[in-house]
Amino acid sequence: MLVVFQSSDTPPTTGLAGSEPVQTSEASARYCQAFRWMLLARVLDGRMASLYRAGKIYGGVFLGKGQEALSASLGLSLRKGDVFGPLIRDLAGRLAFGEPVLDVVRTHLGSALGPMQGRDGNVHRGRPREGLLAMISHLGAMISVVNGALMARRMKGDRMAVGAASVGEGATSTGSFHEAINQAAVEKLPLVLVVANNQYAYSTPTSRQFACADLLERASGYGVQGTTVDGTDLSDCLKGVGHAVEEARRGRGPQMVIARLLRLCGHGEHDDAGYIEEPLKASPLGRDCLQVAQDFLARQGWAFEHEIRNWRREAEAQVEKAVEEASREPGPDPYREDWCALASKHLSQVYLQPLG
Amino acid sequence: MSLTYLDAIREAQRKALATDPRVYIYGQDVGEFGGAFKATRHLIKEFPGRVLDSPISEDAMVGSAIGAAIEGQRPIVEMQFADFSTVGLNQIVNQAATLHWRTQVPCPVTFRLPCGGTAGSGPFHSQMLEALYAHFPGLIVMTPATVEDAYSMLLEAVAIEDPVVFCEHKFLYYHLKADALPAAALPSGKARIARPGRDVTVVAYSAMVHEALAAAAALAREGWEAEVVDLRTVKPLDTDTMIASVARTGRLLAVGEAWPWGGVTAEVVARVASEAFELLDAPPQRLNAKDTPVPFHPDLWTAHRPTAESIAAAARRLLQL
Repeated sequence: MLVVFQSSDTPPTTGLAGSEPVQTSEASARYCQAFRWMLLARVLDGRMASLYRAGKIYGGVFLGKGQEALSASLGLSLRKGDVFGPLIRDLAGRLAFGEPVLDVVRTHLGSALGPMQGRDGNVHRGRPREGLLAMISHLGAMISVVNGALMARRMKGDRMAVGAASVGEGATSTGSFHEAINQAAVEKLPLVLVVANNQYAYSTPTSRQFACADLLERASGYGVQGTTVDGTDLSDCLKGVGHAVEEARRGRGPQMVIARLLRLCGHGEHDDAGYIEEPLKASPLGRDCLQVAQDFLARQGWAFEHEIRNWRREAEAQVEKAVEEASREPGPDPYREDWCALASKHLSQVYLQPLG
Repeated sequence: MSLTYLDAIREAQRKALATDPRVYIYGQDVGEFGGAFKATRHLIKEFPGRVLDSPISEDAMVGSAIGAAIEGQRPIVEMQFADFSTVGLNQIVNQAATLHWRTQVPCPVTFRLPCGGTAGSGPFHSQMLEALYAHFPGLIVMTPATVEDAYSMLLEAVAIEDPVVFCEHKFLYYHLKADALPAAALPSGKARIARPGRDVTVVAYSAMVHEALAAAAALAREGWEAEVVDLRTVKPLDTDTMIASVARTGRLLAVGEAWPWGGVTAEVVARVASEAFELLDAPPQRLNAKDTPVPFHPDLWTAHRPTAESIAAAARRLLQL
């Protein structure tokens, strides 16, 4: 089947504007589309890192470098109406799922006009009502939230939606992870749980995180289907993650995807990641998934250097536009903040304080 | 017709399920078994698919309720005992309580916590955790003391757009009876004068309201009229009603079944002392449980928490200050 890859395939708010329609096969179109989300994520992450170094960002910046192939594959495999609980290295997946670039920039720069209004920052953003959950920092905690959204969908008669949650291998050690995957299995929910085993949880290597030979062994223990993908290879990610999402949508219950890869940056931009061992960097795990995909595109004749250069320019222009816009926007005003954590304003507690 | 506090909780859930299709109940053994205390008995037959047994996974129970609430449902999560809610603490205080503040999406989940001591229950089936939850912004904390409030406040809890920690006292489950369910109730966040008096204000909540009323009856035989304030909801705390009472009596005794460090009684004393110091004729006093885990043996348990006798004794001392 022939499909046309064009900018309308992307969410209008992020629109990879200006690209020429390319007649190509379904597989190549999907690959190119995923690659462009990876590229946009890499460019946007890079811009956030430079703003961080320039002191323009409050708090931390956490990059997804090295995890874009896996993340983009997940975001692209989901569709509108699905639920996505991303984690900190999921910029590519978020964008592919429909998160506007402006949301990303506004939240990092603390714009009052962003979805979090300055109340939360960086990766802790989302639009829960649109299926994009806003992560809390406690690892494993978002999985059961996705479960609950899927339980609600089922109660309301929607049996087509899939829910995806992203975690790293570190989160597999938490009680939340165990409780949530077990809950999903008991409820036979269409959950896709993607575990990015990037070899380090902050500085802790996998040898201090778990003792099983392969995290995939856990899937059978929970009674769910499991699969492994090479996180450095976009083809493998698209295939493995795409299949898992399809299986979940077909009612085959929870799916666990274990991806092997290496984090190609620090935990955050404050971290020089000096603990990452050189042999790992030099191993196949240490390959840069973006470069691997770019080489693959050229080898297949699906996209060449000049085309990719144009895509990169478009991504840079899109990011610059968002940075310019968000930079002009006001930050939150403490005097206009209502300082009320409740939706039921009438039940907020009044505290008298001696402020003169 | 005679209804217990526990019946009222079951009837409130039945009404919520019957009137709002978004409501469902999730918890351990709540389905066919009807719950450890039978608070959901028969509900699964009336509302199939909406009374769901959960695995023993408090974290996931709460997390999933939050996800369902985001999708517009109104879950009631039954913790088998309040004590076990601490396994789900992270999801309650960091996820449910922060959701609206962070995202503008409300989180209307009701957490039912069977709390408080009964003889022989021991350290892990007796806790009063209202202060723990009240400390975190974004949560409403209810502590009903009567059959009528158990019914009307639980219905309100389900209707409120925010997460509500509903502390239902196990000691009251079978002891309290009422003739009928109430048609109307005080608004949320309003305290109630459970007994009028002129000599001393005793502020209490949950099961301690009944101990305070018994203490007031004993004091009345000695000629003292204690005014008993039932807080009903500890967050928000109805400072106005407390201060109005202290304006009448000039003396304050705050009573709680929870531990003494910080907590609701400390908050009550702090509010009255800082906002109405001039109304006080004597230093405000607190009476709490002892600062140990809740003991198992009935003799130790009775001595661990405030009772009608110890409240009356504390009030007598306060009346002489």
